[in-house]
Amino acid sequence: MTGITRAEVAHLARLARLELSEDELDHYAGQLDVILQSVARVSEVATPDIPATSHPIPLVNVFREDIVQAGLDRAEVLACAPAHQDDRFRVPRILDEE
Amino acid sequence: MSDLIRQSAAVLAEAIRRREVSAVEVTTAHLDRIGAVDDQVHAFLHVDAEAALAAAAGVDARIAAGEVLGPLAGVPLALKDVLTMHGVPTTCGSRILQGWRPPYDASVVERLRAADIIILGKTNMDEFAMGSSTEHSAYGPTRNPWDLDRIPGGSGGGSAAALAAFEAPLAIGTDTGGSIRQPAAVTGTVGVKPTYGAVPRYGLVALASSLDQAGPCARNVMDTALLHAVIAGHDPRDSTSLDVPVPDVVAAAQRADVRGMRIGLVRQLTGEGYQAGVSQRFEEAVRILEHLGATIVEVDCPSFDYALGAYYLILPSEASSNLARFDGMRYGLRLGDDGEHSVEQVMSLTREAGFGAEVKRRIMLGTYALSSGYYDAYYGSAQKVRTLIQRDFAAAFASADVLVSPTAPTTAFRIGEKVDDPLAMYLNDIATIPVNLAGNAAMSLPVGLAAEDGLPVGLQVMAPAMADERLYLVGAALEAALRDQWGHLLIEEAPAL
Repeated sequence: MTGITRAEVAHLARLARLELSEDELDHYAGQLDVILQSVARVSEVATPDIPATSHPIPLVNVFREDIVQAGLDRAEVLACAPAHQDDRFRVPRILDEE
Repeated sequence: MSDLIRQSAAVLAEAIRRREVSAVEVTTAHLDRIGAVDDQVHAFLHVDAEAALAAAAGVDARIAAGEVLGPLAGVPLALKDVLTMHGVPTTCGSRILQGWRPPYDASVVERLRAADIIILGKTNMDEFAMGSSTEHSAYGPTRNPWDLDRIPGGSGGGSAAALAAFEAPLAIGTDTGGSIRQPAAVTGTVGVKPTYGAVPRYGLVALASSLDQAGPCARNVMDTALLHAVIAGHDPRDSTSLDVPVPDVVAAAQRADVRGMRIGLVRQLTGEGYQAGVSQRFEEAVRILEHLGATIVEVDCPSFDYALGAYYLILPSEASSNLARFDGMRYGLRLGDDGEHSVEQVMSLTREAGFGAEVKRRIMLGTYALSSGYYDAYYGSAQKVRTLIQRDFAAAFASADVLVSPTAPTTAFRIGEKVDDPLAMYLNDIATIPVNLAGNAAMSLPVGLAAEDGLPVGLQVMAPAMADERLYLVGAALEAALRDQWGHLLIEEAPAL
């Protein structure tokens, strides 16, 4: 596995919705490279015959009875939001005018 | 009753029940203590004195009316700020949640309230529980009551420091890779990470969902058991919550017996990388357990050498996904919403300003590990190591009833010492993370002070999943033997604040 470049860090930041500064890009590129080189050791023992474990305790689907239950109080939930309008969360425009 | 703040939770509860002291007096004593020392320690992010006193008054009134309340009724508690509490600020140590007042109680909080435990306030933590020192809190570090220039561990440093500073006799922590046990170790207190799924995660703000587990913290093993019994048990609102009977941890703490027990020393969790004074106290404690009637066996867990790597791939992967919810739309901070910026820009500006350095680091690490082309090599390999670690534990538990190791490789380090060196910081978790990857239960309890620096050393007991009671059998037996030897609990040796 090869090292991580500054351009890759910038790409990751875009994917992760982080508006990193130029200084941060330099800083994190070096650090992430060191960390990734260290953790990459896992591939030494991860041979194809070993199954993956995603969860510590075996899980099965959990169902409940289809009974109507009270949700959270709408006014209280909206009061937590940065902006709300007409009983809804108000968000920045996501579509262009046309 | 004198010196209320130094009493155990069990003693306080009994005195409140007998009306030798009121819950209001006990709560007031702890609020006064917080007022006196918390500007030095900074264990708390938020103290709700009014609500605590009102709850205490309610307990007193009901006892006066002849009601029989639970075994910890009226006892104060410090709550890690990663659990939601209705109407009370919950920040997770992050700027991005500043001012958020959750519209609901976490399952753990509901159970604390139902048990009439008095919640004093919310404790400091590394941002979103990412860290081993509480230095990654957006609200400044917590200091270790044993030495104010040193870290109290992390991420639950606030909860552990509140116990060690006698600001509360009980606390709740959460443990994703050691965030209950390592703070307990470096503050001379007791902490338990229950079996994964034993304590519901509903209302626990998620870091890594397959690893996160809330648990009890106190200054002695019995108090920890009493709190464990309050918070454990199935809740259908958490789909990973175990629907099995809760082990009788209180009875196990009362029995405090290791006779005939096989205790395994994990070869990979000793020796190189462990501070001499830590190893010395650990080895002495193992000899005490042998003297108490346990059989000591050595076990080999070769995959543990890869646990740190697997953990720092799995955790960032899950965290990068979980923390996507902090997008500035439904709660918390929002920046740049001026009609000019696009929704993506608003999200990016908000997250850039709202998250600290360690959180950004791990989000990017996880994003990288999950990206196509790297997924198999990183995340896929880490999940296979997880299988190997589970197999190592299964083999070890075939020859031992519990395993033991030092909880952390060193005593508390100095504030600032490792904050700019992520890998050095991650190494603190080397002995605690295998348990999280496998979903087992584990406890840390104090076993003395390291000769070279006079700071507390913790011993970790690890039990198979759903055998949490074994932690208490061993922990209580060892604690009693050490108490006989010292004439008091280790925490009594903490310097006065």
